[in-house]
Amino acid sequence: MDLTLSQAEEAFRDELRSWLGENHPGHEPAGDEAAFEFRREWQRKLHGAGWAGVSWPKEYGGRGATLVEQAIFNEELVRARAPQVANVLGLAMGGPTVIAHGTEEQRKRYLPPILSAQEIWCQGFSEPDSGSDLASLKTRAVRHGDQWVVSGQKVWTTFAHHAKWCMLVARTDPDAPKHKGLTYFLMDMEQDAVHVRPLRQITGEAEFNELFIEEARIPDENIIGGEGNGWAVAITTLMHERSTLAFGLQVGVQIALGELIEHARQTRAQDGIVASDDPVVRQRLAQLLIESEILRLNAYRGLSAIMRGGVPGPEGSLGKWHWSEVNQSLTELAMDIAGPYAMSAEDRWTYRFLRARANSIEGGTTEILKNIVAERVLGLPRMR
Amino acid sequence: MNFDFTDDQHAIKRTAREFLSARYKPETVRELAADERGFTDQQWSELVQLGWPGVIVPEAHGGLGLGAVELVVIFEEMGYALAPSPLFSDVCAALLLAASGTDEQRERWLGPLAAGECRGTLAVWDEHAGWAPDRSEVEPAGGALAATKIAVPDAATADFLLVAAADSRHYLLELGNSSTEILSVPSLDQTRKLYTVKLAGAPAQPLAHAPGPVRHAYAAIITALAAENVGVAQRAMEMAVQYAKDRKQFDRPIGSYQAVSHRCAQMLLEVESARSLCYWAAWALDHQPETALRAASMAKAYASDAGFRVTSSALQVHGGIGFTWEHDLHFFLKRAKANAHAFGDARWHRDRVAALAEV
Repeated sequence: MDLTLSQAEEAFRDELRSWLGENHPGHEPAGDEAAFEFRREWQRKLHGAGWAGVSWPKEYGGRGATLVEQAIFNEELVRARAPQVANVLGLAMGGPTVIAHGTEEQRKRYLPPILSAQEIWCQGFSEPDSGSDLASLKTRAVRHGDQWVVSGQKVWTTFAHHAKWCMLVARTDPDAPKHKGLTYFLMDMEQDAVHVRPLRQITGEAEFNELFIEEARIPDENIIGGEGNGWAVAITTLMHERSTLAFGLQVGVQIALGELIEHARQTRAQDGIVASDDPVVRQRLAQLLIESEILRLNAYRGLSAIMRGGVPGPEGSLGKWHWSEVNQSLTELAMDIAGPYAMSAEDRWTYRFLRARANSIEGGTTEILKNIVAERVLGLPRMR
Repeated sequence: MNFDFTDDQHAIKRTAREFLSARYKPETVRELAADERGFTDQQWSELVQLGWPGVIVPEAHGGLGLGAVELVVIFEEMGYALAPSPLFSDVCAALLLAASGTDEQRERWLGPLAAGECRGTLAVWDEHAGWAPDRSEVEPAGGALAATKIAVPDAATADFLLVAAADSRHYLLELGNSSTEILSVPSLDQTRKLYTVKLAGAPAQPLAHAPGPVRHAYAAIITALAAENVGVAQRAMEMAVQYAKDRKQFDRPIGSYQAVSHRCAQMLLEVESARSLCYWAAWALDHQPETALRAASMAKAYASDAGFRVTSSALQVHGGIGFTWEHDLHFFLKRAKANAHAFGDARWHRDRVAALAEV
């Protein structure tokens, strides 16, 4: 057991730190278009220096980083408060899925423009009637010669208005059992048959979209992993969503917790006492310090288990579920510390508090994640 | 970065699991719980053969000279087996002696401790002294102690006591002396025997005044205790999961209901989280002392809560049978709850976490 970085890992971190120190592009500009161009430029810069797709194999333009280096990479970017990259979904989910299930031709075609942010990716999984029960989705794809004609509706589609490619799961065989009749397509978003409508959320912004698809065309060669194999390919995408993002999320919590402690020190609670002197607040802060340490430790223990045993397991589901609870209680404590100021929406904590409501829903609801843990890790009987 | 045991540590864990599950079957644990002494000489000598009483005793004194990680591995397994034994109280004494015994005291006691020829225990808590586990108001007068200590484990079978006194000092007091009264008290956890010890001017020798090493020793003690709760909770979780698979109601295994299966998933999260904190704290005790106190308090705070929550939740999964004396679960729940209150409860350690983080 050695919980310090090896010399090679330290060298990797130091190289990244000094690069980030010299190349941090500063604050993101206001406005959706400007912010997106800024993120695209930032990703190009990362790519130019070999910092895009660090986990990808070298032959596909990545860095072939070890799992620990990937963890360090995700931690350091958040620690440096670096802006988001433009092609988050392409890098974290789309690329790894194409690498795992795509043909050599598909890898050559799709991977380079993901890295360079030339082609942005979005994810068309959820539908209005198919959230947690993803396999019940109804978007239909019908073969016409060497083309597929697709109609249906998708929801919670991040970056749809910037995207060139959509990771689209559609039903190709309505007669097969629900998990078997699905196929994973890459749909070109630049066609008139695809309409994007922003979805305004409880924070007032529109991070997500609805997608209306009316007889869109997808050529046969855009299937990933073979016709009828869409469920297995979709699971690969979801596993990557839950595991690779974990390290960034846990550092995000650590940073927010540091800010929260500062917030508690500077907020007057009552006569002569600031919030951080209040025994109940101290207990809750200490519990958050413990839980945020657990997020870090569990992530690293999971990583060591992968290094010993091979594949990431459903333990990844523990981290995302736990993170959502910690982040929610962190933002709830921030509101309690704010006192009557919690009623005003000027405070950044108000935004964080509202945004955190989605944490236990997005990327797999807590209830679904608990089902996965119960069935796959504990071996309990399937829920019927 | 490698958050995994070495091959040797894995081997210790395997040996401990095999040995303890063979020797401390549920019916044995039950018998020992009902027994006044709580262990047999045969059981003690088997632990001695494994070298466990000397796990942290330096090799120069005849111990295994291992670290906190190995200590945690052993006590996680002791908790999993719920093995009734004076090993924990004995190792507490060894940790404190190693940390702050004078050269003569270390020379006199550590060898026999490691060889299992004698046993020590720790008398920490003054009667009616409140919650703080690190404060004693006992002031020795002329090399003699007059005090009443509560919840002293295994005092009736120990050869000496280490008595916590004011100003983080400890005194070594040999037992078998007429000025010391040892009263058996019923313990919440029948698998660990507790006593009230009344010292009426008993002669005692001071250990060296070494607040730093003593803090470090206590951090190792609470980490081992937290690890015990990890093992206890792991076993209770396994019992609950098995029961949820076997028990049918409304023609289905109860584990197919989310009200039950989500309870079990929650147990896994808490057991794994407590385990991560314990292993980290143990590693820090061995390799990163500047982090060790914070890590140990985090582990103790979390494992105190998790140990009770998991065993209590496992009882709920078992329904009525879990509330009976015949079922073994209550022994696990009682150990977890008793451990939660030893050496500072969750609230006390969270306070310390906040202080160490300079909140």
